[in-house]
Amino acid sequence: MSDQLANIPIESGIGSDVDELSSDDAERPGGAKSTGKRLTRRRLILRRFLRNKLAVAGVGVWIFLILLAVVGPMVSPWAFNDVDRRAYLKPPSEQHWFGTTQSGRDVLALTMQGLRKSLLIGLLVALISTTVAALVGSFAAYFGGWTERVSLWVVDLLLVIPSFFLIAILVTAGPQGGSSWLLLVLLLAAFSWVLSARVVRSLTLSVKEREYVLAARFMGLAAPKVIIRHILPNISSLLIIDATLGIGGAVLAETTLAFFGFGVQPPDTSLGTLIAEGQRLATTFPWIFLAPASVLVVMVLSVNAIGDGLRDALDPNSSSGGKAT
Amino acid sequence: MGKYLLRRLLNYAILLFVAVTLTYFLAATQLNPRGLFEVRNPPLDPASIEATLLQYNLSDRVPVHERWWTWFTGVLQGDWGYTVDGGHVNDEIKRRMWVSLRLVTVGSILGIVLGVALGAWTATRQYRASDRAATVGSLLILATPVLVIATVLTILATKFNQASGIRLFEFTGETGERGTYPLAALVDRGQHLLLPTIALTLIGIASYSRIQRNLMLDTLGADYVRTARAKGLRKQKAVMKHALRTALIPTGTYFAFSVATLFTGATITEQIFTFHGMGIYGVQSIQQQNVHGTVAVTAFAGVCTLTGAVLADVMVAILDPRVRLS
Repeated sequence: MSDQLANIPIESGIGSDVDELSSDDAERPGGAKSTGKRLTRRRLILRRFLRNKLAVAGVGVWIFLILLAVVGPMVSPWAFNDVDRRAYLKPPSEQHWFGTTQSGRDVLALTMQGLRKSLLIGLLVALISTTVAALVGSFAAYFGGWTERVSLWVVDLLLVIPSFFLIAILVTAGPQGGSSWLLLVLLLAAFSWVLSARVVRSLTLSVKEREYVLAARFMGLAAPKVIIRHILPNISSLLIIDATLGIGGAVLAETTLAFFGFGVQPPDTSLGTLIAEGQRLATTFPWIFLAPASVLVVMVLSVNAIGDGLRDALDPNSSSGGKAT
Repeated sequence: MGKYLLRRLLNYAILLFVAVTLTYFLAATQLNPRGLFEVRNPPLDPASIEATLLQYNLSDRVPVHERWWTWFTGVLQGDWGYTVDGGHVNDEIKRRMWVSLRLVTVGSILGIVLGVALGAWTATRQYRASDRAATVGSLLILATPVLVIATVLTILATKFNQASGIRLFEFTGETGERGTYPLAALVDRGQHLLLPTIALTLIGIASYSRIQRNLMLDTLGADYVRTARAKGLRKQKAVMKHALRTALIPTGTYFAFSVATLFTGATITEQIFTFHGMGIYGVQSIQQQNVHGTVAVTAFAGVCTLTGAVLADVMVAILDPRVRLS
């Protein structure tokens, strides 16, 4: 299971951050490395993560989904834009495992194609919005004064504006065609960082008075370096959890937009677009709707389970991570 | 306390003004009402198109700040503007506001009350079977888009109606055919509200129970709860008065900010169950290049959020002695 874990991009991201963290921690008590049997922080976190069965299952499901999205379209006998003229709106059969749509397209092939785009959207939005949240939140807290006031005000403003309508306006007016989903990614990210930025700010406020941060400052290190090298690694656990949970949030937001035609534009397709198409016929031809809907739910559920597991594993004060270390 | 609330209110008013103004500029520059006329066949006289657009303050040849000023002075007098075909935005908003309110009120109240109760109850029973079942259930609901929840409910309700032979669940609109017995109108409305309310309640229970459970777990282990118990308070009283009350403060704040998401989340519920509410109006406005309608809906959503925020402030002031006494 441990080498499976290393395959996940999120996981390997943690590894590097945590390494820095553990060396910081280990040097403080003085000679912590000399006690040979002591667990490194990385191993400890891995152990605690593995104890959470749901989270481990979530990792397994995600590996499967990524394989399905990447390899699936190559293996499948049907391409997502193939039209089978002998099968319109047919229920699941041997030729079409998940049935066909009104235009004779294979639901399984469509689902895999949609999954591909939804995974990409989720990962990119989470990455961008967590990065922005980390930078805005920590800079605001570190500098204080006007920087802090202005950024908090922008955060409040973005919370008041209903992002859904603004994204919808910009998607309607924006460029159509193949790469329009990149605009969607940017827009989703532009509105999803705000709440996390507040949390990052309040955490930074407590970290910035620590001795090692003060030491770095007094040694004349420039502020951006202090923040990136000494503050952000110490709140990395929150950032990792935030990014993980952000994936699910972004995928769900895309689904909502897609339902009204503001999501990924055809010929491209996403799980949201497919669900929206299937919904119209859901009471009479449920398979068109059920396949992408269940893949979406499984995907979001498992990424949230991974997020929960990471929270328990990374947070030393978490009471839900089990009693022993 | 009055001064504290007043300062917050002023801040909210400024936020709302800036947010609505920004939305106006965005909608006025990005949406294109002229395009609606230009695709007509046979083509219309450009001069008459321009005249119509000018009449409704929608011409993109007038500088956007001038259009904004005309619009803004109108809003100050309570006029939210017209669509290109002469429809008055005020009329739509007035009618649809109540539709939206009727749709979400019962569901969201049930959602928060049951959710907080479930969360508090499962927190006192951490890791027992009931707690695990509630956790898995709410995680499942939270991972499911509203769209899927509503559609699955419709599929199930259709099955139920067919199996039982009674049309208990109604799917489309607010009202339908009704009998002549007393209170028939009310029963009819209730039948139409049943499915959307179930959908909204489920989502509310799922999210609030998660939040409340986590908050309660923190406060249940707090020193002051243990002190209260050590001084001889009954467990139930200690939990209700000391743990639950403290844990309600953050839930209140969360509720405030979720009023707006409830509103846009209800857009999907409105669409699936054909309620002609505010959310759908916003979507249709954008699709039909209706600048004034879009801005009015955004403003409505903003007012909802801020009303929620004010309510949250009041609640915090009532519940949190540190704010109340200072």
